[in-house]
Amino acid sequence: MQLTVKSLESMGPTTQNAAPMEPGSEEASEFRARTLRVGTDLVQVSRIAESIERFGDKFIRRLFTENEIAYASSSAPLQAERFAARFAAKEATIKALSLSDVGLDWKHIEVQRAENGACSLKLHGAARAAAIDAGVREASVSLSHDGDYATAVVVCLSAPSPNAPSPN
Amino acid sequence: MSDQLTKIRNILKEHGRLSKDAESLDPSADLYQAGMTSHASVNVMLALEGEFDVEFPDAMLKRNVFNSIASINAALSELQAA
Repeated sequence: MQLTVKSLESMGPTTQNAAPMEPGSEEASEFRARTLRVGTDLVQVSRIAESIERFGDKFIRRLFTENEIAYASSSAPLQAERFAARFAAKEATIKALSLSDVGLDWKHIEVQRAENGACSLKLHGAARAAAIDAGVREASVSLSHDGDYATAVVVCLSAPSPNAPSPN
Repeated sequence: MSDQLTKIRNILKEHGRLSKDAESLDPSADLYQAGMTSHASVNVMLALEGEFDVEFPDAMLKRNVFNSIASINAALSELQAA
């Protein structure tokens, strides 16, 4: 079962929900020196189904890795929503890393799924190079779908820049 | 060339999900501003590849290539000349 946004919230506080830090604390200064990037995308499942019907394997193999295809195709009724959520994740990553003007293969951004349903991002090729250049140390993804809509959010945390201004 | 532009407009009409009429859209008009989503741009790309028997390389899979009728036309001309 995919890890939905709802189940993420039930797992305890996330960075977004963490208690506010004291302004002058060491924790706060380290947090301010890092860069947080976020991207999101919303996709209509029925339109992904239309693309699959219209373009078939050409659509699927252009956008998705073998592992993504294997998982999404393992259930015919759920195939379109799984592909839709994964496409949303790829577009969300492109937004988070400002890659829309970098020529890259969508398969360079891969959604991996653990046995417990938790999803993670694996970056390859130009996407990976761009993330390294941006100093990204952590990237997290969350997928969700409801009815005819699938969505994803990607958050990337870059390492503190050595040239970042010191607080106060 | 005008035949190519007509074919591009037809593909945008069928796959671009534009909120404006693809037939009368200015060649330099921003297609994303005209309603084309990232998913629709994928369908447009695949349709262009099928119509013109080309394949867009990774280097061309970026927003500014599919940004307008003019940019699509230029990219196709570049691929056909290769």
